[in-house]
Amino acid sequence: MGEFKVQKSIEEINERIRRGEAVVVTAEEMVRIVKEVGPVEAAREVDVVTTGTFSPMCSSGAFINFGHPVPTIKAYRVWLNGVPAYAGLAAVDIYIGATEPVEDDPLNKVFPGEFRYGGGHVIHDLVAGKKVHLRAIAYGTHCYPRKEYETEITLKDLPYAVLCNPRNAYQNYNCAINLSERTLYTYMGILRPHAGNANYATAGQLSPLLKDPYLKTIGIGTRIFLGGAKGYVIYAGTQHNMNVKRTDKGVPFTPAATLMVLGNLKEMDPRWIVGTSHLGYGCSMAVGLGIPIPILNEEVARYAGLSDEEIFTQIVDYAYDYPNGIKRNYGVVSYAELKSGKIKVLDKEVPTVPLSSYVRAREIAEILKGWIKRGEMLLTEPVAPIPGAELFPFRPRKQ
Amino acid sequence: MYKKGLVLRFPAEVVDQPIVWRLVKDFDLSFNILKATILPGKEGIMVMELSGHPKKVSQGLEYLRNLGVEVKSIGQEIYRKEEVCIHCGSCTAVCPTGALAVSRPSMEVVFEPERCSACGLCVTACVVRAMEVHLEREAL
Repeated sequence: MGEFKVQKSIEEINERIRRGEAVVVTAEEMVRIVKEVGPVEAAREVDVVTTGTFSPMCSSGAFINFGHPVPTIKAYRVWLNGVPAYAGLAAVDIYIGATEPVEDDPLNKVFPGEFRYGGGHVIHDLVAGKKVHLRAIAYGTHCYPRKEYETEITLKDLPYAVLCNPRNAYQNYNCAINLSERTLYTYMGILRPHAGNANYATAGQLSPLLKDPYLKTIGIGTRIFLGGAKGYVIYAGTQHNMNVKRTDKGVPFTPAATLMVLGNLKEMDPRWIVGTSHLGYGCSMAVGLGIPIPILNEEVARYAGLSDEEIFTQIVDYAYDYPNGIKRNYGVVSYAELKSGKIKVLDKEVPTVPLSSYVRAREIAEILKGWIKRGEMLLTEPVAPIPGAELFPFRPRKQ
Repeated sequence: MYKKGLVLRFPAEVVDQPIVWRLVKDFDLSFNILKATILPGKEGIMVMELSGHPKKVSQGLEYLRNLGVEVKSIGQEIYRKEEVCIHCGSCTAVCPTGALAVSRPSMEVVFEPERCSACGLCVTACVVRAMEVHLEREAL
């Protein structure tokens, strides 16, 4: 680890936050600052950069303990508003997954299916304070004799409810096109034939893991914005992969790192946990997530200041290549190009379609900035790095 | 959910048949009758909203036409529930007229009703179901 011109510790930054003196900017603002004064001066001036993303994130869900009725029950199958929850945990512990459709959903029987209600909608309804119908069946035991239980639950009255998402905050994602003759209905949205549109799903220069591409400040235990509340990074997410092709500035070209995150559902806000329905594909849930990046040195500042022009993704065909696992791309494009509304694919001008809300990503970065500025949230020193990553030392500055 | 506003004219010979019931039973559609004048042995008229899967709606309309029922669409307009829209941009993939478009550099999704042809494609393309079909009051 080389020496840096600027070196700050988390403790020093937290002290400045406590005194109300910390300089906190959003990732968008940091892009401008680094462009204007360079990373060293930016690292001197700025203490924290806030990021954000708001997008459908499959691999999300909630652990719920619904409390014992009398007589007691060892729930064997459980439904929330008709959506099956996983009950193979303990007597009254369940996990409701975001992509589980309601049990009598016609799915894709009449194509394309609408998937109007699922686990993500149940979680949103709970967070919005709505009553949710719970039905459980059991086979009955000596200690848990009850065989059936139906009740209305509300989040407020649940003994325990925690959002625990096994894979969120994907670091970069493909830009999807369709080179076939027919319209495709995918998790990357509706793709018109003959590359009629190019869909992308990342907030680019506001997206958390694109602003700390080697996860040198984000680790296990990092406190974050999750669903409108304070949550935590608890581990790498599923499909996490640090071993990817990167630009000369260190940003992955392809989907790379992911995070497993957790937060108290009871503190969350329905604005940031929203059930989604994807035509012909299924249901999911949009999750609001933001991560503060402590500007420990000029290298962190340089990464946090990366702009849409410096972040790239690959263009992938979802008609043939993606479903057949063919690793091929039709070029790379920057997020600046994607956000301009048009890109060139196979010598043709193709309109671009965002699937991730940049407007809401910016709002999250602003909310997080407010929390930190007002001293409502302090930064955390991770207890361990995410596998495959190496944290910057969070040591105090040399006297 | 896909919804269509219709004016139906029933020939005198078919008014004794449970036609609307068949729309529900055979095509899984739901209906909302806004106005109806159906009398035995006379030509009947009905204004209704019909909603369901787009494919089922068109199959249902074909069933009606085969019976000799005259089917006319009434004016409809698309409405955006502002408090539901998350400004992601998914709808812009299907909007044929550019009424739904991403405004740059803010990246907000703007909806210009005057450019909208009321085709309804955005209704199911919207992942948070912020777009709705409303019938034009004047048409009624």
